[in-house]
Amino acid sequence: MELAVVIGNITSTIYHPAYKSCKLMLVENINPDMEQNGNITVAVDSVDAGIGDVVLVAREGKTAGDVLGQKQVPVRSVIVGVVDHLSVTKSR
Amino acid sequence: MKLGIIVGKVWATQKDPQLKGVKLYVLQPVNEKREKMGKPILAADTVGAGQGELVYWVGAREATFAMPGRKIPSDASIVGIVDHTYSENKDILKQRLSDWKNKNTSISRD
Repeated sequence: MELAVVIGNITSTIYHPAYKSCKLMLVENINPDMEQNGNITVAVDSVDAGIGDVVLVAREGKTAGDVLGQKQVPVRSVIVGVVDHLSVTKSR
Repeated sequence: MKLGIIVGKVWATQKDPQLKGVKLYVLQPVNEKREKMGKPILAADTVGAGQGELVYWVGAREATFAMPGRKIPSDASIVGIVDHTYSENKDILKQRLSDWKNKNTSISRD
């Protein structure tokens, strides 16, 4: 999974059937120091993440299929968790 | 998935039979502000997108499932047309992230 922040969302009325009733969010990858790296992707939200939330994004079709409850879906990025706390160990 | 803008179209009569009836577009990956992100690629279109439209597309193996009912030999497929994008103001977001970092991150040194 990857650490990301939700920067917005997109609306779409014409899409592949697998995206039916899917909430599509715009996410940007961040590192543990909360620095954004400019990589903007679209992810299906399955945990009601809001804009500005720090989230976990899974990037694989099988996982996406499991989350959406369908087989062989053209979906790669899925928000699978909202991060509450992050502890980082810095080596000296 | 990623965002992209359709910047061209490709016709190919000599192609893999499984690509029969699949439209091929030249797609420029972009970010939420429609700024270029990487080089243009060729993507199979399964939702009837048009020239210049903002779409979202999927790569890798998942792109082969984009055509309902059959598999296509594609590693990039357009799976939806974007109507509207909303993205938070960059400064507000940076501020919220640093607030989040101060409140919810604990750094330990080993």
